[in-house]
Parts: sequence; structure tokens; C-alpha cells
Amino acid sequence: MAVKLDKVDVVVVGSGWAGGIVSAELAKDGHKVVTLERGKDQTRSDFIGVKDELRYTNRYEMMQNLGPETITSRVSINDVALPVRTRAEFSTGTDLGGGSVHWAGSVYRYRPFDFEIRTKTIERYGEKKIPEGMMLQDWGITYDELEPYYDKWEKMAGISGEPDPLGDNRSSDYPNPPMQESPAIKLFKEATERMGLHPYQMASANMSETYTNPDGETLNQCMFCAFCTMYGCDFGAKSDPLVTVLPTAVKTGNCEIRTNSLVRRVLHQDGKATGVLYTDTRTGVEYEQPADIVVLAAFTFTNNRLLMLSEIGQQYDPETREGVIGRNYHGQFNSTFLGARGFFEDKKFNMYMGAGGLGGALSDYDADHFDHTDLDFIGGGGIELRQYGDGAIKSNVVPKGTPRWGPEFKDKSVHYANRSLIVWYSSTVLSWWHNYLDLDPTYKDEFGDPLLRITYKLTDQDKNIAKFGIEKCTEIMEEMGADIIDQDEVPDEFDHLYSGQHYAGGIIMGTDPATSAVNNYLQMWDMENLFVVGATAFPQFGSHHPTPTVAALAYRAAEGIDKYLKDGGGMLAKAKQQNINV
Amino acid sequence: MTDPKQPNNDSQGMSRRNFLKNTGLVAGGLVGGSLFGGLITNQVTKNDKKPSTDTENAQHESYEARIFFSRNEDFDTLAAATERIFPETDVGPGAIALGVPYFIDRQLASEWGTNGHDYMNGPFPQITEVEQYEESDVDQNEQGPEAETKVPTPTPRYQTRMNRGALFLEGLHALQRTANEKFDAEFKKLEGAQQDEILDSCESGDIEIKGISSNVFFDLLLTTTIEGAYADPAYGGNRNMDGWKMKEYPGPRMSYLNDIDAEDFIVMEPESLRNYQGH
Ligand SMILES: Cc1cc2nc3c(=O)[nH]c(=O)nc-3n(C[C@H](O)[C@H](O)[C@H](O)COP(=O)(O)OP(=O)(O)OC[C@H]3O[C@@H](n4cnc5c(N)ncnc54)[C@H](O)[C@@H]3O)c2cc1C
Ligand code: SF4
Repeated sequence: MAVKLDKVDVVVVGSGWAGGIVSAELAKDGHKVVTLERGKDQTRSDFIGVKDELRYTNRYEMMQNLGPETITSRVSINDVALPVRTRAEFSTGTDLGGGSVHWAGSVYRYRPFDFEIRTKTIERYGEKKIPEGMMLQDWGITYDELEPYYDKWEKMAGISGEPDPLGDNRSSDYPNPPMQESPAIKLFKEATERMGLHPYQMASANMSETYTNPDGETLNQCMFCAFCTMYGCDFGAKSDPLVTVLPTAVKTGNCEIRTNSLVRRVLHQDGKATGVLYTDTRTGVEYEQPADIVVLAAFTFTNNRLLMLSEIGQQYDPETREGVIGRNYHGQFNSTFLGARGFFEDKKFNMYMGAGGLGGALSDYDADHFDHTDLDFIGGGGIELRQYGDGAIKSNVVPKGTPRWGPEFKDKSVHYANRSLIVWYSSTVLSWWHNYLDLDPTYKDEFGDPLLRITYKLTDQDKNIAKFGIEKCTEIMEEMGADIIDQDEVPDEFDHLYSGQHYAGGIIMGTDPATSAVNNYLQMWDMENLFVVGATAFPQFGSHHPTPTVAALAYRAAEGIDKYLKDGGGMLAKAKQQNINV
Repeated sequence: MTDPKQPNNDSQGMSRRNFLKNTGLVAGGLVGGSLFGGLITNQVTKNDKKPSTDTENAQHESYEARIFFSRNEDFDTLAAATERIFPETDVGPGAIALGVPYFIDRQLASEWGTNGHDYMNGPFPQITEVEQYEESDVDQNEQGPEAETKVPTPTPRYQTRMNRGALFLEGLHALQRTANEKFDAEFKKLEGAQQDEILDSCESGDIEIKGISSNVFFDLLLTTTIEGAYADPAYGGNRNMDGWKMKEYPGPRMSYLNDIDAEDFIVMEPESLRNYQGH
């Protein structure tokens, strides 16, 4: 029998940006919050002196231990799914702060088009532009409605940046100036300017200057130390929950964070959540944490799986296309971030320096900024040149046609170690009837509960937008003067590699309970005191990296929860029927 | 350009090679305390030379020994195979001189070698069932959001009940068996071209290994060899940081704040994790 604990106002599952923001905001509003995190406690001192590429980049030190639990993966609805067994194939965050600690920190808002993609596509191109089986949906919120929350997060997180010349309305500038330019970024900007495009310095969550946020948390200046993506920052210079929202939450005296607490069920009775069941991973003791509000902010896989294991909401069925839980699973992987790599014979770049969010970008091929009448896809994306800072194991790229091993490989990998740059397209990913999540019939976790099963097939849309992006990146690389240009290949089929944590959907937002699971406060239609926060709410991927939108939605959800608690309950948004032929 | 050290040991003489090496195991000018806090100023400058200490140039006796492989012959096969994959050339030392076989030995004895963080529950599909997945493998180097952070070799889906250590043993035994069958000699004693021929068929999945197809083993061997050439010397490979010197990689550094906008390529004497941790 589980040990029953004292009831609190809000229990939050997950301590990344999503859970951290909700915890901080509600604790500041005076509500009693308990935040549960499956992973261990960690602080900045864990990151000092561990700039070790093998351990973090190649052995995935900060990623979820898959021993007790993983996902299974298949391509089509008739395949048998196999477990994704290693962290080289599936990496996702764990430990205090989650994936939001080892993220890179490139920062983009989504576009007005992204939020109203269905309406705006039909307006401009007619209904026939949308292929059968594409579950294209508006989000139930507009850019203008979300803008204040983006603004709030950028100020809290201390984002460094300059306005995108093709950007949308902003209520204020970024709180920090843009990051410094490196020669590689300059080369990208000068070339694209000559081409009549509109490059700018990518916004970043690495601090260009020391910054104190409105909650009084101070972040230090970034050192471009290069051990950034897949690492925690040893300087407190990368904005993450550990240096912002989590200490802010705890300082109020209203929030208790419990690590090593693996949540296994949402408990509910008569259509209302009553709390969660969790296991202390050190002792195996089970606890029941009762609460007035349950917030799931445990990233895409857990958010979906917990609803399924707890039997909340109707599971999506691809055969009938009915049900909402697990629907519209999608994400930026495999078919996105493709582009062109250039090798330069007479130029060497200090690519061993860098920061996760250091880069040049442009939005000329973003969203619906260009005419899609004669194009065989919908949406767009950003083009980026990133300077993450490459480790020595990573910088082993050689021009295509080079043998994979032996003397020629070796000599070329050494020769080109500091002579190659990549430009890629971070494109949108749309949702399809056959891509979804449910529980695996065969494989189980350490407690005997079924694993989450992912069914994901690439479509012509994915391949066509990838092809388009690769061509654009190639033109840019040519103008940049590369001697050898290798184009990325468009994958034939999904490769079952899950990295980068750009996975979304399954518990999507909208205005119609028949096609969405949560409203635009991320409140479940089927259970009004349960909020599901994270990229799970995306009906389809916007044309950029996801995190600022996750964070903006978390602020919105926190506002809704506060209102719900103060008003004594009720739905925060009205359901509307929509006319979607999917 | 730094001048890469030329290795003086031959590729066959691994076990009897010169045990003395300059390990450079000395903390440099980095004060551990300066890593803490937001106090970092712009003190790291180009080509900074650390103050040398008495022990810096001392020759240390190496206690390097196998801790995973029990048979000499397996280790010798491993060493020979890694040297074909990453040979000594004009640009610098090969796998053996870099300590790659010892690196792999230690990795296989670690949690990674026993798949301590991987999902190892059955059922495990038999090889014919997973072949279709293996064939559809793609080059990670070219695809995916984290392509940049991946080792540039394909990683087929891992669907075997063997852990990496067991898989290496099976794979090396298969190389030895093939050497005997094809050339009637031990793998390590074959001509380079003969070894390559065997490695080639291993790479294309044409050697029989129980439970997996041989390209899975080959990819693992290839990835691990490259990791051993360039991982921090703390792991037993990249001896003397010679891998890093070869590609002008500086090792872990506190800050590039002053250099990030530098137009020219900057070559620094490499520093290791041991320097960085400052003790
Ligand atoms: C290498 C890398 C680079 C990235 N770079 C970028 C970038 O440049 N720009 C960008 O926009 N995005 C980037 N991302 C994506 C970004 O990290 C995520 O969008 C973001 O972290 C999501 O925040 P979250 O709070 O939803 O999830 P997380 O931060 O992952 O938090 C979820 C938390 O829930 C916990 N949890 C899960 N299950 C349970 C359970 N059952 N019980 C208790 N706790 C549980 C997890 O341990 C975790 O701590 C990157 C991701 C990675 C991995
Ligand atoms: S690059 Fe900057 S933000 Fe990233 S880990 Fe280093 S100091 Fe921190």
C-alpha cells in the first residue's frame, strides 16, 4: 500500500522548463506546490570540471537511464515495434531540470502562421492544398495571444538576441544584446546578404552579458566554452531551470521539490484528478501525493504514457481516426535539420570554440514567407549556421566518397577537422493519421507496466520540404565559397533515432474536444483539474526549435491554474465544434 | 601547425612496446577555485603556456594492462584491427600508439560495456527479423537534429541480448576464425591487405557471428576506435594527447571569450581534463 501524504494545492510532475515555470509561478502566487522529479538532484557544481566529450556526448551521461524503461518504435501501423534499447538511439532528459539543462539554447518564437496553419493555408491556397490524412489543425491560440508569454519568458530567461528582420510583432526587445559573431557566422551572413536574404544573429539562452532577471536570479556571461549542448553549464551562463525557475520556486517557501520520485499514475475519481502515485527510486517505497490540481510536465513520452496508464481520455485509434490521446504525434527529427556541409581548403575555423546558442539564422524560407502555390509541401523553417563548439570525437567529418576507415579516412578526417561548416534547415513537421502513440503490447518497464509505443512514418511532405531545404542550404554554401559541398540525403524511411528532444504531440491543444485533448490553457477537456504542459500540446511542429513555445504555454497554463484555484474550478475555455475533414 | 609526434612503435609490438611515456599528468596553471563562481574574467589568452613544474617532464612508468580481455590473442586481434582502421600515417600516430586497444578494453569493462544504461529485456527478435532494420540504417552523420554531436558512423538498432563486451568477443573470434579459414594464419600475423579483406567483409555483414550481423560489430569497433583516438587521455586512449595534437584540438578550456571573434585559426598546446580539474 502506498504511503498517503498530506494534500497540497498543486502537484507538478517534471522539473524542466515546463514544470519549473509552472512551479515557480504558482508558488509565487501563494499556492502550495510539490514538484516531483524522477531523476537525481543536480547543481552547478556537478558541471564544474567535467568537460568530457566521451562521457557526455558519446555516452549520454545526462540522459535517461533506459535500463528500467524505454520506448518501442515502428514505422507503420502493421509492423511489430521493437524497443529502442540504447542511449545512442534514444536520448531524453532526466535529473533535476531535465532536458532543459543540457539543451543548446537556440531561441525562436513560432510564427503567426504556425498557430493558424490550417486557416491560413486554406485562405491562401484553398482546401485542396491539404492532402488527405494530414491532421492539419490550428492551435486554438494566436501568436498575438501568446506574445506576452513569450515576452515574459525571454525576460525571465535573459535571452540574448537582436530582432529578426523578417520577424513578427514584439512587445519589447530581447533583454540581452546578441552574442558575438565568429568568422564562420560572418561568412554565412555576408554570403546570404549578397544573395538578398536577411540573416541575423540567432537568439540564444547563453548570456551575452551578465544578467539579473525579474525574479532576482543572476546569470553570468557565456565563455563560449563549447561544452554546452548535452552538458550542464559550469558557469551559470546558460539559462536553465536550475539557475532560474527552480530556485525562484523554492525561495517562496511554497514549493517543495522531491527528486528520485518516479510518477507512475495519475489518480482520479469521478472525472477529477485526486493526485499522483509515485515510487522513490532509491527505496522502492510507493507514495500517494494528493492535490487539488495535477500538472503533467514530464516531457512528451511520460505525459502521454501516464495518461494512457491511468486511463484518462480516449486513446487515439488510427483505424477509425477517433480518440485524442496519442494523436498527432510528430517532431523535428530525421527529416529535419538537413542541409549542406561545405569543406574549405584554404580556410580554417576555430570550430572547437562555441556555445549551444551561437549561430547565424535567416527566416526567408520560414512559415509561409514564400509562395507555396507550386511547391509540394506546406510550411517552412529557419536556416541556421551553428557554432556549438566541436569536440575532437565529433569533428571527424570527411567529404562523401572517402572510405569510412583506413589511411585515407584518417588523413582526411585530420585535414578537414577544422575546415568544414554546415548550414541546415530547421523545418516544420506536420501530423498524419498514421503517426501516433499508444501502449506497447509486448514490452514492459521494471514494474511490469507497458512501454510507450511510437508509430512514425515519413511522408512526401517530409521528404519534399527536406529536399527544398537542402537545395537552399546548398546555394548558400556555394556562395560561402566552399570547395567541396556535400548535400545531406533525404531519408527514405524513419530511422528510429530519437535524439535532440524535439518530440511533440499526443495531447494536443485546440478548441474542439473531438480533435484536441486540452484547451488553450492546457487544461484537459476530460478532466478539468488536470493540466498537461509541454510540447505534447503542439498539434504540429512549428518551423523552429520548440522550447520558447513550451515555456510560453507553461506561463499561460500557470495563469489558468491560478485562476482555476481562485475561482473554485470550471473550464477556462469554451469548447467549439470545428469543421475538419481528417 | 603543431608538429604531430611520430610514433616509434610498430603496429605488431603492442605488448612489448616501450612502457615509458610522457604522460603529462600534471596540473597546470589552472587554479581549481577559479572555475567556480561567475568570476571568470578574460584571463585565458591565446597559446597560453602553463608554468612548468618539476614533475611535468618526468617519465612515468605505465601500469597499463588489460582488465577486460582475458586472452592475449583476443587483445592482439583487437589491436591489429584498430590499427588497420586508424593506421599510423604521415599525419600522426595510429590506434596502437594512441592506446586505443587499452581504451576499448576499459570501455568494455565499464557500465557501457555491460549495457548498464540500456534496455535489455526480451523478447529479442532473431537476426533474420532485424535484418530489414539494419539495411535501412542511415548515416547519422548526415541526418537528424543532433547529427552534429554523433560519432560519424551508422549505429544500427541494437537488438541483441549480448552486451557490448560479449559482442566484441564474438566479433573478434569471428575475425580470428575467418583469418584461419581464409589464410590459415592468426589475424594479427596477416598482411595488412589480408586483414583489410577480412574487415571489409565484416563491414558488409558477410562474416557469420552468432546473434548479430557482422556489420553491427564492425560499426561498434569503428566507432570505438575513433573514440579511443580522441577521447580524453583519462580513458586510456589519445596518449599524450597526440590525437588532439594531430588535429589541433586544444582539449577542455575554461573560456574562449577573447578568441571567439578571432579571424585566424588559433593553435594551442592541448590540455587534458586532468589539467582542467586542476589536481
Ligand atoms: C541536446 C539537446 C539540445 C536541445 N537544444 C534545443 C535548442 O537549442 N532550442 C530549443 O528550443 N530546444 C532545444 N532542445 C529541446 C529542449 O530541451 C526541450 O524542448 C525542453 O527541455 C522541454 O522542456 P520540458 O520541461 O517539457 O522537458 P524536460 O526539460 O525534459 O523536463 C521533463 C522532466 O520530467 C521528468 N520526468 C519524466 N518522466 C517522469 C516521471 N514519470 N516522474 C517524474 N518525473 C518525470 C524528467 O526526468 C525531466 O526532468 C534540446 C534538447 C536536447 C536534448
Ligand atoms: S558555452 Fe557558454 S552557456 Fe554554454 S556551457 Fe559554456 S559558458 Fe555555459
